Amino acid sequence: MLELYLPIIVMVVLGVVVALVFLALSMWLGSRRATPLKTTTYESGVEPVKTARERFSVKFYMVAVSFIVFDIEVVFLYPWAIQAGTLGIIPFIAMIVFIIILFAGYYYELKKGGFEWD
Amino acid sequence: MNEILWISLEALIKAIIILSLLLLSAAISVYLERKLSAWIQLRIGPNRVGPFGLLQPIVDVVKLIMKEDIVPNGANKFLHGLAPVISLAVAIMVWAVIPVADPIKIGDHIIQMGISPNADIGILFILAMTSVGVYGIALAGWSSNNKYSLLGGLRSSAQMISYELSMGLAILSIILISGSFSLSDIVNQQFSHWGGFRWNIFIQPLGFLIFLTTAFAETNRAPFDLPEAEQELVSGYNTEYSGMRFGMFFLAEYANMATSSAIITLLYLGGWTLPFAPSAIGLEQGTWILGLVQFVIFAIKIYLLVMFFIWVRWTVPRFRYDQLMRLGWKVLLPLALLNLILTSFGVLFINH
Amino acid sequence: MNTFQIVFYLFALIVIISAMGVVFSRKLMYSAFSLLFTFFGVAGIYALLNADFLAVVQIMIYVGGILVLIIFGVMLTTKITDVDMISGKTGKWVYLGASIVSLSVLTLLLYMFNTVNWNLPGATAIYHDSSLDALGTVLLTKYVLTFLVAAILLLIAFIGAALIARKGN
Repeated sequence: MLELYLPIIVMVVLGVVVALVFLALSMWLGSRRATPLKTTTYESGVEPVKTARERFSVKFYMVAVSFIVFDIEVVFLYPWAIQAGTLGIIPFIAMIVFIIILFAGYYYELKKGGFEWD
Repeated sequence: MNEILWISLEALIKAIIILSLLLLSAAISVYLERKLSAWIQLRIGPNRVGPFGLLQPIVDVVKLIMKEDIVPNGANKFLHGLAPVISLAVAIMVWAVIPVADPIKIGDHIIQMGISPNADIGILFILAMTSVGVYGIALAGWSSNNKYSLLGGLRSSAQMISYELSMGLAILSIILISGSFSLSDIVNQQFSHWGGFRWNIFIQPLGFLIFLTTAFAETNRAPFDLPEAEQELVSGYNTEYSGMRFGMFFLAEYANMATSSAIITLLYLGGWTLPFAPSAIGLEQGTWILGLVQFVIFAIKIYLLVMFFIWVRWTVPRFRYDQLMRLGWKVLLPLALLNLILTSFGVLFINH
Repeated sequence: MNTFQIVFYLFALIVIISAMGVVFSRKLMYSAFSLLFTFFGVAGIYALLNADFLAVVQIMIYVGGILVLIIFGVMLTTKITDVDMISGKTGKWVYLGASIVSLSVLTLLLYMFNTVNWNLPGATAIYHDSSLDALGTVLLTKYVLTFLVAAILLLIAFIGAALIARKGN
């Protein structure tokens, strides 16, 4: 077990370290001559109006909500997929029922217009 | 304790090799993109630095490192720095489970050609890391205190999570066929039937198309490059990034392109396998020459796909956001589910 | 102390420090990002306990889904992102109430920790390879009813989401 997951941890750590090294390099070698005008945010050449952290459309939020429900469904499918070849007919039917139940939810949201992006 | 030390050391050496190859391949991809786009548009492209401009990417990186890091007014300094780190780190981490060739034997030791290709979790680790990648872009957009950045970051995160579902379902069909999450098992499965040519693309054509589309969307490449749609959002989530911080997003994008190509190759195009038994040309299983040949084959397939990515970018116009969402939720998702059900019926009939 | 323990305490430290970050940081956005590291630490502990599938699921669902939702939620509500969390709403009584609740939870957890028989012989022997195959088999044979109930629960969640999203029409 350890010999399989230790290398992954090594790679994860290395990835973070390399990214930090790049960041440090640019901080260390890059020039630093910031002026007030240079650090204003870009807004098509005019003075920035108010803050950028304004409210945004709730539709993005709804995409995330739909995503979570589907994501959990897909996660349930993984243990089945790996055993599907050996399990036989009854688990298979159970899985089809599972997918149909969730497809009903999908169909409902589709008809309700949940996936429209007006 | 000693054994653990050796495992970590071996992993570290392999990780450094793979990391260098990845960064190199990102540089090559950048060069290819500039050169191919130039040819498509009847320009010449980079040709000043080195023969045929080959050293251009290196010069670019040096230039980016020497440039000033501008953190805009009102930006969240910590998160502004963290965002490119997340993007690049995730792009690198994914390679922890990607094998590049069959394992080779040196003496009594079997050396895996990859950092941990036998981990049971395999492809799931890649999916998990892809979902972490959303943070780099969402954070960059939010922390910059720029309206264009925020919009770009939001669009990107919504787009990535929408297409992740279809990607997961397409991968599920492959798992159904191979019965394993490990990428080496999936490749060997393709090689062991039909004389080495049972590539999954032939039995999963629909799945392949779905996966290819989602790969474009996940890497934010055209026609799915809405997060950085120049005409509307200046440069999207990285508008307020300069110097190497921008360079890190840039590197991550091109590394992701190579990674996606590698995953497509492994899942659908037979991976590193030769189209015939290795013994036919006198190569034995487990020798380092075979490993090298397989790696070269793998690299060629990856680069053909990278060129395809580039070709598409300079040929196809960009989607509108509502079209993108419609494609993701109303077309790809039902198609991927259909593909999954058809595949499971197929697997059931073959096994019983 | 062997390597297993060292790695375990490392992950535990990540979880505890980042969880404290969630509670104590003054900005909501920082709390949300501390939560990211908490989830990662928990995933690491799962992986350490041979529950590799659970570890990946933890990252896929909590990091890839639920935290995105939380961050969208924080970003969606204007002016809340930079608000100072300790802003006069907290007083002595709030501190007192919070202390009582958390102390009683801690007592309960410690009680459970000390009384439950944690020694599960054979558990590691069954799942020494991977938890995945066993999980798939058990889920679809022994616990198939539970599995389908979960499907219906997800359906309800889905319908609820659709209803909330389209309240106007």
